[in-house]
Order: sequence, then C-alpha cells, then structure tokens
Amino acid sequence: MERIPILRIGDILLVSIQVDLQDHIALALEEDLAQRIVDTGATGVLIDISALEIVDSFIGRMISTIASVSAVLDATTVVVGMRPAVAITLVELGLSLDGVSTALDVDRGLALLGGLRPVRGLEDVEEPDVAVVDPGS
Amino acid sequence: MSTSPAVLTQETHAITSDADVVRVRQSVRNLAVSAKLSLVDQTKLVTAASELARNTLVYGGGGQATVEVVTAGARRGVRAAFSDEGPGIPDVALALTDGWTSGTGLGLGLSGARRLVDEFELSTDPGAGTVVRVVKWTR
Amino acid sequence: MTEPSTNGWDLLVANRQQIIDRWNAVAIGALAGRITQAELARDVTEMFDALTVGAATGQHRLTDEGYGPLRGLLGDLARARARQGFSPTETAVSVFALKEAVLEVLEGIDDAERYRFFAGFSRLVDAAGLHLLDAYAQSRELVISEQADALLELSTPVVKLWDGIVSLPLVGTLDSARTQVVMEKLLQALVETGSEHAIIDITGVSAVDTQVAQHLLKTVMAARLLGAECIISGIRPQIAQTVVALGIEFGDITTKASLADALLLALRRSGQDVVRRQAPQAR
Repeated sequence: MERIPILRIGDILLVSIQVDLQDHIALALEEDLAQRIVDTGATGVLIDISALEIVDSFIGRMISTIASVSAVLDATTVVVGMRPAVAITLVELGLSLDGVSTALDVDRGLALLGGLRPVRGLEDVEEPDVAVVDPGS
Repeated sequence: MSTSPAVLTQETHAITSDADVVRVRQSVRNLAVSAKLSLVDQTKLVTAASELARNTLVYGGGGQATVEVVTAGARRGVRAAFSDEGPGIPDVALALTDGWTSGTGLGLGLSGARRLVDEFELSTDPGAGTVVRVVKWTR
Repeated sequence: MTEPSTNGWDLLVANRQQIIDRWNAVAIGALAGRITQAELARDVTEMFDALTVGAATGQHRLTDEGYGPLRGLLGDLARARARQGFSPTETAVSVFALKEAVLEVLEGIDDAERYRFFAGFSRLVDAAGLHLLDAYAQSRELVISEQADALLELSTPVVKLWDGIVSLPLVGTLDSARTQVVMEKLLQALVETGSEHAIIDITGVSAVDTQVAQHLLKTVMAARLLGAECIISGIRPQIAQTVVALGIEFGDITTKASLADALLLALRRSGQDVVRRQAPQAR
C-alpha cells in the first residue's frame, strides 16, 4: 500500500502531501507519524499541504488528530502552504483546525518550530541615545 | 431544482472504495474546470463532493455518483448526485445542523457541503436509501 | 396564422437588390452614422438571404428549423450591437426597416392575397425583431455584470506597507459577494508577498452590522489558516458604539482606531520597531 513518506530534519519530522489522499492512506499517515515521533523523539512535525487542492472534513480531522496526538507526545505541529481557495472553503465548511499552528511556507514553518523568527535586511540600532516611539505620541 | 436544466456532459461513477471517492473528486474537478467555474467555486464544489461521496461510501454502504455539466439560460453549472441504497438518514434535521463533532462526522459532512453549493436537495427513506443532489453555478 | 404565399416570396426574391437597398437606406437613417454603410449593407444582405432561404423551405415560424441560420445571424447582430452600446431601438430598427422596404415593393398591388402575404410576413419579421431584442438584452446584462466585476477588482487594492505587512483598505459596502472577492485578493497577496501580517482598514466602510462583522471574521480566519495574522483598523467612534450595542465580539482579533497604530503593532509583532533619533537640532 502506498504510504506518505516522512522525512527527518534534526528534531523535526517533515511530511509533504503530494497526492490526492485516499482515506486509508491518511489514516496510515496518522499511525506512521505517531510511531516516528516516539522512535525519534521528535519535537516538531511539519505538514506541507501546498500541493493539496482540497482539504475536506476527513483531511481536516486527520490534521487535527495528528496535532493532538503529537502534542500528547510533546511535539508541536505546524501546517504550511495552505492554498487561498482551500482556506476560504475550510472557513465556509466551518472547520476551525483549532490547536494547529500554520505558516506560509516550509521556511517559516521550520523557523516557527525552531523558535527563531526571520528578520531580514535591518540594521541593528546602535546609538545609545534613542527613544522608542510611544504609541500615544 | 426549478425548471430542468439541460445536460451537456455526464459522467457516472460507482462508489465502492476509497479510490472511488478520489475518482469522483477528480471527475467533479474536471467538469468544474470545463464549465469555467472560478477556482474558489471549483474548490468548494469538489470539497462538497468529497464529503457526499464519502457519506455514500461510509454510511450508505456504497452507491454511485453522477456528475454533469448543465446549462440554464445563459448560466452554466455543475450538478452532482450521490445515491445509495443504505439505511437512510433517520433524523435529517439533526444531520443538517452545524457542529464540529470529531466523532461521527456525518453532521459536518452534510451541513458543511450544503454551505458550499448553490442548490442542495436531499431525499432519504430509512430502509430505502439516500439521494443528495447539489449544483454550483458560474457567477 | 396567415401563411405568406409563395407568390409573395417570389416577388421578394425577384426584387432582392431593391429591397436590400431600401432596407439599408431606412435603417441607416435611424442609426445616425454610428455604423458604416458597408457594414450595415453586409448585415442586411445576410439577413435577407437567410430569411428567403428559410422561406424556401416552406416553413413560416421563426422557431422552425429552416430559420436556424437566420436566428444565428440575429443573435450575432444583437451581441455586436449590445457591445457597441447601441440602444434597443437602434438595434431593432435594423430588422424592422425591412417591413418598410417590402411594403414599398408591394405598393400599388391591389390584391387581397398580397396583403395576406404581408400580414404573415410581418408576423415573421416581428418574431425576428423580438428574437433580436431578447439576445440584445442578454448581452447587455452580460456587459453590465462584466463591468461590475471590473469595478469590484479595482476597488479592492492590496497595498504592501512593509516587508511582510500588507494593508487592505475597504471602501463602501461589504456584502457576501464583495467579501468573497476581498478574501481572495487578500489571501493571494499574502501568499505572493510572503506576508504574515495584514491590516484591514475599515475607515471607508459605510456601516458595520453583524453581517459585515461575520464577513470580516471569515477573512481573518482564512488568513490565519494560511499563517498570517490580521489587525482591523479604522474603527470610527460610531462604529465602535454600534459594535458594542450589537454585541459583536471580535474575539482575539486586535482592533485599532488608526492605521498608524495598526502598522506599529504589526511591525512590533514581526520583531521590528520604530525609533526616534536624538540628533542635534540644526536651529
């Protein structure tokens, strides 16, 4: 049976869903991930759904379940790359995906899991005599 | 549905396995593209079809789906009908209420699908099966 | 219905050029130079020939198979006139002027049969005219809806304020159709610019009721699913009062009175800040 491959990057497990998921393959993924988290002691799970054209209630439930199970195993789950049309449909469907963190892409997802925030192209403020702008002024 | 729309294309699929649910999604997607539905409308329709096809498989014990491109006047649309000869839905009102239940999921599937389409018709007879018909029109 | 006698049609065919020329002359007068003689002549000639071809089949209703080509021509003409902005009358005259031309050819023929022919012929032309107007109306509606779409597109610009921060100034009413377009544009912009923050400014929104609040909420939820956070700004005092009175809860969505405050917050949320330099004043 076809199984979704799970890659490992340090403490993070990366899953990229490229195919139109059949229900039983989605269920297999849930099991495989739980097992891998335990086997590797992973602290983060990154699910890339940028190739998914639709996310229905079954897949939504799969994602929520993975997040819950991972949390119990002390790992954080981040879902990345959701397409705008999919997001709009999910909101209309009423699926909230509570407890699931999301990020725009794999880069940011990894940063979120690593606790780092990418800050690009800024000079560090060096002068000692600066005053941070007061929002009321 | 009001006056009967004209059917331009028709595809029928048996729903007896997970793979069939995927096949139905793809069929709906292809016809939605040919009917020139917007990307968001395509996504909503395919998602609704996925829910309904799964219901047919899981709760209806298997059945079939008929997907059509239809026209009514100047408008074009995609119509999908899902039928099974399963146990039927005992409490339709309950099945159609909102509510994200992680358990059965039957409620979310139907009520959610209804929100995603323009026309939604359900007929069920406990012991005789269920037919759900949905239509999504171009804007 | 009186069937146009074949004698009458023979007469028409025999006087084809005269009728076409007269038809042209009457119609061009009403079209006031907005279409060239040559163009009209071509349309008129095609219609006349399609009409006589249809009549030759012996059928006498516009809906009959023999008049298929004529119906097609009428549809094309209607669509062209609609897009060119002609009025309904200007469009219809292209067909009805034929009656004038045929009447002239029948003139001086003191024959009850000829008049019976004209009655049937007239009915056919009337049906053609109505068919033309139907197609015209449909085309006009299509043009209007296309224009409405274009207007919608123009009125929802997403602006990049900073690296990772976009703003969406909403103006006017926010109904479900508009919300759909707005959501799509915002989400698309977030993905394309790789922005994690969106400021939805509602200074220009005329009224906020529970419906509008729901639409805003849906937009924020969709953005969150993508991995971006929204701030709602431009809340006027009256809006704030309405929101409270209606019991609308924005939940954990941050709302700010001014765009400036929202921008500052978005900057801080993305790990940046604004500082004031204490440089020596050159005064």
